[in-house]
Amino acid sequence: MGILEVKNVNKRFGGLQALGDVNLSVEENKVHAIIGPNGAGKSTLLNCLVGKLIPDTGSVMFDGQSVLGRKPYEINQMGISRVFQTPEIFGDLTVLENMMIPIFAKRDGAFRMHAIESAEQEKSIIDQAMAMLEDLNMADKRDFHTASMSRGDKRRLEIGMCLAQKPRLLLLDEPTAGMARADTNATIDLLKEIRDTRDITIAIIEHDMHVVFSLAERITVLAQGTPLVEDTPDKIKGHPKVREAYLGEAT
Amino acid sequence: MDAIILQILNGLDKGSAYALIALGLTLIFGTLGVVNFAHGALFMIGAFCAVTLSKLLNASYTTIDESRTDFLGNPLKVEQPYVIDWFGPEVGAAIIDWSVPLAILFAIPVMILIGVIMERGLIKHFYNRPHADQILVTFGLAIVLQEIIKFYFGANPIPTPAPDAFTGSFDFGQVIGFDANQIIYPYWRLVYFAFAAVIIGAVFAFLQFTTFGMVVRAGMADRETVQLLGINIDRRFTIMFGLAAAVAGLAGVMYVPINPPNYHMGMDFLVLSFVVVVVGGMGSLPGAVAAGFLLGILESFASMGAVIDLLPGINQIIIYLVAIIILLTRPRGLMGRKGVMEE
Amino acid sequence: MLGLNSKDFRLLLLVAALALLAPFILNPFPADSAMAQFNAGYPDLMQRFVIFGVFAIGFNILFGLTGYLSFGHAAFLGVGSYSAVWMFKLLSMNVIPAILLAVITAGLFALLIGYISLRRSGIYFAILTLAFAQMSYALAYSVLTPVTGGETGLQLALDDPRVLGAAQSAQGNIPVPGLFGLEMRDAAQLNLGDWVFTFSAGYYFSAVVMLIAFYLSIRIFRSPFGMMLRAVKSNQQRLNYTGLNARPYTLAAFVISGMYAGLAGGLMAAMDPLAGAERMFWTASGEVVLMAILGGVGTLIGPVLGAGLIKYMENIISKINADILHSWFAFLPDGLEDFIVSIMYPFIGKGWHLTLGIIFMAVVIFLPGGLVEGGQRIARLFRRRKSGEAAKDDDAKQSTVAE
Repeated sequence: MGILEVKNVNKRFGGLQALGDVNLSVEENKVHAIIGPNGAGKSTLLNCLVGKLIPDTGSVMFDGQSVLGRKPYEINQMGISRVFQTPEIFGDLTVLENMMIPIFAKRDGAFRMHAIESAEQEKSIIDQAMAMLEDLNMADKRDFHTASMSRGDKRRLEIGMCLAQKPRLLLLDEPTAGMARADTNATIDLLKEIRDTRDITIAIIEHDMHVVFSLAERITVLAQGTPLVEDTPDKIKGHPKVREAYLGEAT
Repeated sequence: MDAIILQILNGLDKGSAYALIALGLTLIFGTLGVVNFAHGALFMIGAFCAVTLSKLLNASYTTIDESRTDFLGNPLKVEQPYVIDWFGPEVGAAIIDWSVPLAILFAIPVMILIGVIMERGLIKHFYNRPHADQILVTFGLAIVLQEIIKFYFGANPIPTPAPDAFTGSFDFGQVIGFDANQIIYPYWRLVYFAFAAVIIGAVFAFLQFTTFGMVVRAGMADRETVQLLGINIDRRFTIMFGLAAAVAGLAGVMYVPINPPNYHMGMDFLVLSFVVVVVGGMGSLPGAVAAGFLLGILESFASMGAVIDLLPGINQIIIYLVAIIILLTRPRGLMGRKGVMEE
Repeated sequence: MLGLNSKDFRLLLLVAALALLAPFILNPFPADSAMAQFNAGYPDLMQRFVIFGVFAIGFNILFGLTGYLSFGHAAFLGVGSYSAVWMFKLLSMNVIPAILLAVITAGLFALLIGYISLRRSGIYFAILTLAFAQMSYALAYSVLTPVTGGETGLQLALDDPRVLGAAQSAQGNIPVPGLFGLEMRDAAQLNLGDWVFTFSAGYYFSAVVMLIAFYLSIRIFRSPFGMMLRAVKSNQQRLNYTGLNARPYTLAAFVISGMYAGLAGGLMAAMDPLAGAERMFWTASGEVVLMAILGGVGTLIGPVLGAGLIKYMENIISKINADILHSWFAFLPDGLEDFIVSIMYPFIGKGWHLTLGIIFMAVVIFLPGGLVEGGQRIARLFRRRKSGEAAKDDDAKQSTVAE
């Protein structure tokens, strides 16, 4: 029984079957990659996991609770954090403030009216935020405005903001899309470090084979909205069906 | 029945003005993605084009007519317009009489010029700024434009009559088979409606049947793709801005005989026209036109005595009420496209 | 101090000093001099400075922090004024209950309108607030005449019930709003040589209220709540996926900002106990937008500066006429004098709106941070001259944390 269980999920857009009978089980504390060619339904699946889309049929259970019909912030409060394709951070705020917000959200829930307290006096929040920035090697950038940072740094910060909430499941949507080689490698290293040092489940949707095979412990191949195979990276590499559906086209 | 027809007719002139302004607003929003708070000012400037031309044509010098005397027994001073000297008494008088319709010819180049200058000089720098900034800068521009008009024309409304042939009313009811004196309707309002219909038809035909219009429509639907085809969409959009300005200006020119123009008439219409655009659906041209007439007619119905007795004050708030209901139940408006301004 | 860091506390002290010394600062010219018309230190105008300051501070909490542009904020100001006048009519001429009721009713009204309007964002939100405010205006003007006084506005009368307090003063006049015996229109005059300074009770009361409002707004800006509001403006997507519900945050900001507007409306009624529908008209909402943007939206002090600038122009620049201009430039040769006067004339006197519009456009185009950003730029220029290149690093840091 995995921490995330997707059962018989179907989703149609008009005449197009975007997802057909998707079954997926993500095991706790594993890195599970979902790969597939363009249009395989990866993004649709992800959107079903985070409350942005509701499947026509089927269930999505996180730790025994259904996520369907819940708002994104409720799903986050259940313990699921999401990293976007283009880094979504608070561009007008400083690095430290960016890091404080998820920690506030973890402590205070979806809404709390703390309008008179001073944010500068929130020692424990700041300490936690700084600790996370230290882990990311970004402590020296605490007062920078994030809008001016490089894409790699933004990605790093975004992942850090998700980790700061100590989520049980981290969803990554093509985390290295559009990145320069150096930034890609830095991101892979960061994710490896997270995998090896933290108790966290990671589900990653990715196009880049290099990223997938350096990180994943389990891989599901999606083609035309349906899971083709699910196995370890080594098995996937040699799998004839996968070659035919995906790798054959890609190489 | 006659009361209903009368209210529909009464709603048509305001509805026409709303529709024309909303059409231009939507053209600008759809093509350039800019929320133009100065559009009402363009309508107002159009109205003052008519005022200006009328004043120019009435420019006169004073002569003394020895054959007549005023009430003090002095020789009568007569204002003699230059136009009459130049074209003779009959043609000259006709030109003066027809100054408002003639102002159309005067207003088209003026408005297009103002529109193009506005777009090139100011608006184009705001394409990539947030909508709030666009609203603010055009709001500022609207203030500047109306203050300039106020400086030259004063704060009071300036009555400018329609040609004699169109002043007065006629019995519209009899024309369509009702008893006499049931539906009395001023000629000029009918002219205004017909004029608006022609302009709206011309804009749609232009967009539908010319290559230029096709490119613009394609650009409204998907700007990037059109640019990928190597078509310079920006220049066309500039021209569209000039066109939208001209439409608003012409709406203003012809509105002058219905309501004497003053410097803040543009703002008064703008607020309502924005509501019209939102009700019609941001970015939808047919939506803007339909909503313009719909709200104009609704407003006129809400002003009926029987309705006011039933719901006091409804005539004052009907448009806003409809806008609120539409926005909350159909966020895209009546005919809006998905994804426009939804962030 | 007072829960503020030293920089904010200094700002608060500065504003307090300016507000308390305003009768001197705004009256720099001798009473009989030619420049006396630039003196703004008379009670009526000073009251307007601080009252509109309160209004703009409140508007800035909504627009400056969350980025939601409300074009209907004057509705709350109007509701505040009506509530306060009713309190004067029914309860007592003491300004405290009147202002409290003004804040509460404006808050409730903002809760209702905000709850509905905040279901949309961007231009739709602006149009919704505008529509609600125009509806309130139209209703106040017509149907609600029994409550609002309609076209004539709501005024005190000699036969008001007034439960706590007399219906009429000893002389048989309508009594004046006051604070435990201190009448709002009381004033003391100080003559120093040619200078005349007026200290008005109403002004000082309003100024203290403004300082409290300003202090609270600093606390809100620096609080975790304020940080969340800035996060709403910055990236709602990330906020939602960080487990935070944006709606109650924006609604809270909207209500707080509506209560500030109600406070301003209540103060207005306390200074002059009448209320009219025109206070709710959309141009009044537009005015507070201008104030916040001109001064510097999202900055602490900006809205107060913007309010001051606009009210100064409205009351002082608007009074300059052609004769005054001619007298200024009388020392020039006649032709040149006429030329300069004719160039300046459109921009002053009744044309002050034109000047305002031009300044406003210039600010939106070149100085998105308003007067505050302008001041910062000038200050930085000076510092750079002083300490040369060494200051550059410091500047970079300054610009990142500048508020």
